[in-house]
Amino acid sequence: MADKIATRNAYGEALAELGEKYPQLVVLDADLSGATMSKFFAAKFPDRFFDCGIAEANMTVIAAGMATCGLKPFTNTFAIFAAGRAYEQVRNSIAYPGLNVTVVGSHGGVSVGEDGATHQCIEDFSLMRTIPGMLVCCPCDGNEMRQAVEALINYNGPAYLRLERPSTEIVTDSIECYKFELGKGVTMKDGGDVTIIANGIMVPVALKAADLLAAEGISARVIDMHTIKPLDEDLVLKAAKETGCIVTSEEHSVIGGLGAAVCEYLSGTFPVPVVRHGVNDQFGRSGTANAVLEYFGLTPEVLAEKAKAAIAMKK
Amino acid sequence: MKLTGKALAAAAYKARLLAVDAVFTAASGHPGGSMSCMDALTTLYFNEMNIDPADPKNPDRDRFVLSKGHCSPALYSVLAERGFFPVEDLKLFRSIKGHYSGHPDMVNVPGVDMSTGSLGQGLSAAVGMALAAKHNGKAYRTYSILGDGEIAEGQIWEAIMAAAKWKLDNLCVFVDLNGLQIDGKTADVMPTDPVDAKFKAFNWNVISIDGHDFDQILAALAQAREVKGMPTAIVMKTTKGKGISFMENQAGWHGKAPNAEQFATAKAELEAKIAELEG
Repeated sequence: MADKIATRNAYGEALAELGEKYPQLVVLDADLSGATMSKFFAAKFPDRFFDCGIAEANMTVIAAGMATCGLKPFTNTFAIFAAGRAYEQVRNSIAYPGLNVTVVGSHGGVSVGEDGATHQCIEDFSLMRTIPGMLVCCPCDGNEMRQAVEALINYNGPAYLRLERPSTEIVTDSIECYKFELGKGVTMKDGGDVTIIANGIMVPVALKAADLLAAEGISARVIDMHTIKPLDEDLVLKAAKETGCIVTSEEHSVIGGLGAAVCEYLSGTFPVPVVRHGVNDQFGRSGTANAVLEYFGLTPEVLAEKAKAAIAMKK
Repeated sequence: MKLTGKALAAAAYKARLLAVDAVFTAASGHPGGSMSCMDALTTLYFNEMNIDPADPKNPDRDRFVLSKGHCSPALYSVLAERGFFPVEDLKLFRSIKGHYSGHPDMVNVPGVDMSTGSLGQGLSAAVGMALAAKHNGKAYRTYSILGDGEIAEGQIWEAIMAAAKWKLDNLCVFVDLNGLQIDGKTADVMPTDPVDAKFKAFNWNVISIDGHDFDQILAALAQAREVKGMPTAIVMKTTKGKGISFMENQAGWHGKAPNAEQFATAKAELEAKIAELEG
């Protein structure tokens, strides 16, 4: 079995490791450093860590002010507060002036588990994606996350990074010539009958779904679309042309996220059947992470069924 | 530049004329609160702040955040008068033909240090700038102006707590107590009194002044510079619409442009005041 690590842990470790190399990096948190894993950076660089208390709106705009003075802030809190509570602060005080802040939303999706619907953000991609000029990224494993963190430190502009809570397997280390680049999707597995475009912890799920499909003689391509915006349109178009149908898979509402981004692009360029796999316009619920993921059908089995449905719609 | 006395007052009245002209030309904008904070704002840009209109992005410059961003006519007029951009550009305020947005825009307007307009956020940005100064070992100071209606926003109190936590003695904030907001008297819409005691309770240095008395404004700014270990709030009593008789103390002039006849009256009153101060 492959190594397992939560993307939030990989993020926290990467941030602390990179602190030395990037002196302009400063980290803000809103009393959740033990959960967002900004605690590693805080322990190593206490003078560059700013705990703003339980005041996410204030933290978000303090970061904006710091960015106007040449610092590179990463703000940290749960996705529901980063993208939800402080949405308008991100929009008006970070994105509108084009400031160089990375807004980090930890505990994205329903895999938060026991805390339940109030803390399970399934709208963050949607909210952040509609803001002009905002980059939106959700890496699929610890290995990819480490590289995403450094890429975002070097990125100049407003960005949103989603982290997830549960430990999941590393899947990108087995990809030959794997190279992380913001805005460029990664073909994890080639295939000709259908393409699964996934992000976050749904990428390992998609790889398992592809195995299930292979056992039935169906060849599924799997793309890790870690950057939702800007979308890797060339890769999406190529997949649509070569496989004739798409399934998107995300730990997010089927409204407004990765699936929507793919549909928006393909509807105006090369329309093919697209089936969106995600949370169907409903709130989350309490349970263990695995139980909740299963409850919402965010499993390889359900994803494989969605893939077959997409194939059946091909003309 | 260190204007004082009548020259400073004249500069403020000239900025008032530019601001009301801009609102009249645009047929849109917020004159009332622009007039109430104009004396403090003019004092900052014509006496207090270390700034250079020829070098608006200098990393060592003092910073200013207009937290009550709807008073962009005041900020744009003071910046133009101070030489950050041509006074003629104010004709493009709120116009599709220009880039002088309805609320302060740091990307397109020289001299604007932070884009504001959504109330309650500017103070947090000012805290970030003051924190960055401490972090970067810079000596610059950060200034901000809040509206009294604005402080009903909860985020303002988050920022007030944070500024005290980090002992931001390089941060100085005016609270423009003109007592009026869109829906009427602040005391009726959402009472904020006692503002001075509230800031004190949040561990700020508090100075209460008449916001139209330049000697008091200058003395408060000087005192703020001497205080160590805590941020300063200059709580100033002001008159909404100050300087234009028919606008004074009228909530209705919060966000309304004068018609041609009203503008002519305002212009005549302000020009008379400028002539008196320069005479």
